[in-house]
Amino acid sequence: MLDLILTQTLNGLASASSLFLVASGLSIIFGVTRIVNFAHGSLYMLGAYLGWTLVTWLGPASPFGFWGGVLLAALSVAAIGVLIEVAILRRIYQAPELFQLLATFGVVLMIQDIALAVWGPEDKLGPRAPGFKSFVILFDSRFPTYELLLIAIGPAVLGLLWFLFRRTRWGTLVRAATQDREMVGALGVNQRLLFTSVFAFGAGLAGLGGALQLPREAATLHMDLSMIAEVFVVVVVGGLGSVTGAYLAAVLIGILHAFGILIFPKITLVLVFLVMAVVLVAKPHGLLGKPPTGQARAPADEPLLRPADRATKLAGLAALLLLATLPLVTPDYLVLTLTELLILGLFAASLHFMMGPGGMTSFGHAAYFGLGAYGAALAVKWLGAPMEPALLFAPLLAGVAGAVFGWFCVRLSGVYLAMLTLAFAQIAWATAFQWVEFTGGDNGILGVWPAQWAVSKTAFYYLVLGLCAACVLLLRIMLFSPLGYALRAARDNPLRAEAIGIDTMRVQWAAFVVAAFAAGIAGGLFAFFKGSVFPTYLAIPRSVDALLMVLLGGVQTVSGPIVGAFAYAGLSEQLSRLTMYWRFALGLSIVLLVVLFPRGLVGSFLAWRERSRAEPAR
Amino acid sequence: MTIDRRRFLAAASGGAALVAAPSLLRAQAAATIRIGEINSYTAQPAFLKPYRQGWELALEQVNAAGGVLGRKVETLFRDDAGKPEDAVRHAGDLLNAEKVDLIAGGYLSNVGLAIADFAAQNKRLYAASEPLSDALVWSKGNRYTFRLRPSTYMQAAMLVEEAAKLKARKWALVAPNYEYGQSAVKWFKTLLKQARPDVEFVAEQYPALGRIDAGATVQALEAAKPEAIFNVTFSADLTNLVRQGNTRGLFEGRDVVSMLTGEPEYLDALGGEAPEGWIVTGYPHADLATPEHVRFRDAYMAKYKDYPRLGSVVGFDTMNSIAAALARAGSTDTEKLVAAMEGLKFPSAFGAAEYRAIDHQSTLGAFVGRTALKDGKGVMVGWRYCDGARYLPSDDVVKTLRPAG
Repeated sequence: MLDLILTQTLNGLASASSLFLVASGLSIIFGVTRIVNFAHGSLYMLGAYLGWTLVTWLGPASPFGFWGGVLLAALSVAAIGVLIEVAILRRIYQAPELFQLLATFGVVLMIQDIALAVWGPEDKLGPRAPGFKSFVILFDSRFPTYELLLIAIGPAVLGLLWFLFRRTRWGTLVRAATQDREMVGALGVNQRLLFTSVFAFGAGLAGLGGALQLPREAATLHMDLSMIAEVFVVVVVGGLGSVTGAYLAAVLIGILHAFGILIFPKITLVLVFLVMAVVLVAKPHGLLGKPPTGQARAPADEPLLRPADRATKLAGLAALLLLATLPLVTPDYLVLTLTELLILGLFAASLHFMMGPGGMTSFGHAAYFGLGAYGAALAVKWLGAPMEPALLFAPLLAGVAGAVFGWFCVRLSGVYLAMLTLAFAQIAWATAFQWVEFTGGDNGILGVWPAQWAVSKTAFYYLVLGLCAACVLLLRIMLFSPLGYALRAARDNPLRAEAIGIDTMRVQWAAFVVAAFAAGIAGGLFAFFKGSVFPTYLAIPRSVDALLMVLLGGVQTVSGPIVGAFAYAGLSEQLSRLTMYWRFALGLSIVLLVVLFPRGLVGSFLAWRERSRAEPAR
Repeated sequence: MTIDRRRFLAAASGGAALVAAPSLLRAQAAATIRIGEINSYTAQPAFLKPYRQGWELALEQVNAAGGVLGRKVETLFRDDAGKPEDAVRHAGDLLNAEKVDLIAGGYLSNVGLAIADFAAQNKRLYAASEPLSDALVWSKGNRYTFRLRPSTYMQAAMLVEEAAKLKARKWALVAPNYEYGQSAVKWFKTLLKQARPDVEFVAEQYPALGRIDAGATVQALEAAKPEAIFNVTFSADLTNLVRQGNTRGLFEGRDVVSMLTGEPEYLDALGGEAPEGWIVTGYPHADLATPEHVRFRDAYMAKYKDYPRLGSVVGFDTMNSIAAALARAGSTDTEKLVAAMEGLKFPSAFGAAEYRAIDHQSTLGAFVGRTALKDGKGVMVGWRYCDGARYLPSDDVVKTLRPAG
């Protein structure tokens, strides 16, 4: 037994090293540029694939060929990092916070298709490392020497980073920029060069992590997304910007994982997120993170939200009338597309409610959408409920979950809050996935079809239009109610808001529940629209979709999320029909939109209107 | 066929023409039989690229022979990206906008189930090609859904036949943590226990699909000191498990029974590390010399300059079985097609097979053999064809498993 414990500890440490290499790069990039780099997993994947190509080319048998190939792969990925930073990210540093996430997601999509086109669909099993091909007998069982090497590489890289950050000028600048970017700029440091070099350095670390995986894992097209969630967890559990914290977190997760599968073999799906939830609830800034000094970016330059003026009201009414008359003139298959877009519009609007005016970004909003869908489907399955009462269960379940999860989440802020929402979403997802007897597991719940009167496409469309329009209007009214004003006060200046007697946490909690409730309605409608419910409804990609729709439309606008939903979902639907390489096309479109409209579609439009109005007055 | 391919290429390279002239396309379409095909092309390219090539080969042959019912056949391919809700969206679009006559495809079980439920609701034929879930034809089976591939139950039954002959009594199990893995383990345990009441199961590992922590998993299996191992992981999980298992000696002196591992999609990725002596289900593409397979393989290699994978066979057979159903029905009417599919005998690359009337499962089988290394690559040796009809429960049992009748 003791042997097993010791061996599993070593296994955990080996996985920890791989995690740490990738996570440290992400942490450094975030610290300096405040970019939530979604493409970090893609850089890791490119490191593995490039490593495979270069090592095979240089000759995997010789130490020079292998290690030279690995280093060359890391350098190539660093160069790709430079390309991404210079070509895309540099243009949008002034955009609202998190907007860069949208661009990096576009890059993720593009790299997925590029990797498929370049390396083909089959997994690439890399060669074993020369000199580390075999095993040693440790604690009575064979242990691969390469894993021992990895265990050593983790702390070695940590030591190197420490040296770099404490003993070199570049490292000092990076640390300074992590603490206060504006001050570093004011002191005359070349920020462009610093940002580019930091991004390249972080990308290189990810590439190195990928290439070093070759002797133990095949390079696959799924590496990017399976890695990205886990390294985000490591970075956040460790504390943003803290490299030592990232190492600690990697070790914690690696070891818990190795032991977790001994005791609960089915827990691997959710273990890292459970760890993160516990850590964040106990330590709101991660293990070694410090509370941020000052706001990362002052929200003051955002335009104020104003109640709709005449033109906007007329435009909204016209849009509603258009949507109401469309089914009379369009062929009925378009009605299906419109129904889906409306539901996604409500979903995006609900996220926007907590994210824009509430200032609480959620990486796990799919939880409430999915729980809404499950609420309706479970009512149908277990209670035999018809559609109308089942639709009531949707927001109920989502709202209750929102109240519970939200209670913990509003105690945090910024990316920590976002990651805690993700943790709860993953726990909800794992419940739906694992509780097979109750939820049907990944085979889902089938036969959730609408009531007789709503079976026809047009009837269901009007049901959706009615409910979605009503909910969106209600959300809008709430934004300009005392709750909405208090919410924005709490976002813009929590201290002053508290001073004038606003219980900021309670206001945010209320907003959280409202958002969850509205997302639940969207989810319930979606369940009856599709006729079936699956755990994918609560999965990360759906949360990302919501985030993209809100960001694309413009975070600080009221109608942005709806426009964003129509633009994003409509675009991806059209592209996926036209080409098998739709991911590349979609990614490219997102990147272009982001560069062209750095405030989101509606945000940029409003800014343009503001400018053209102001000019004649001058 | 040239028109269809050209049209597909036009769509793939931008599709401007397709957007500009939908009415024109629909006018042409009235003359052709249209099949809507939905699959996880971007999510599972390793299986589905050969699948699509096999499908297009069959389509080309059918049309070269004059089509079916005197009409050309065309296929509209859609990518569901591995999400059931997107598959349902495509199904709705294919039926309503593209006016397809029937729907086919599906790789993941939950995608297959979502399409099947949609097909039942809309009363359209769904020819499921790949999803392995037993639920698709049994517990959630419906009148409009037929499935080609041997199910999880059938493949488990084929392997149990061999596993029961082994001396091993203590078994460890490793399976991906989703429905396919869980039900493979369930059937393997149930059937092996029936055949060999003396066996016991000493360890079970359920790594998340595509996310195996191979070192720790191997150690956990090793710690239980099993005499034999039943593996259900495939693709990248299998590759990583094998590499760690080889280094750590997990497989030495132990029997290993492994599902799907003999399929070229997964065996070839292992290269020179392919394990030897594992009992597997799969497809010995290079050595299978029956006339129908040689004909298929030659045509495939001539067209694509590459050898067929199992996916190619599945695509080829699905398309051919649909053509056979259309010919038998003499119509594209759904009810007539369903009637034609029930008990339909169709030619496959593995020999004749049949869609059973009782549960809509085809009797297409799989090959069971042992893995070996040949010229630094994994191959199957000592294999035999297991006809699917022999590895299904008795009709009485099937009736209790399938409430839809």
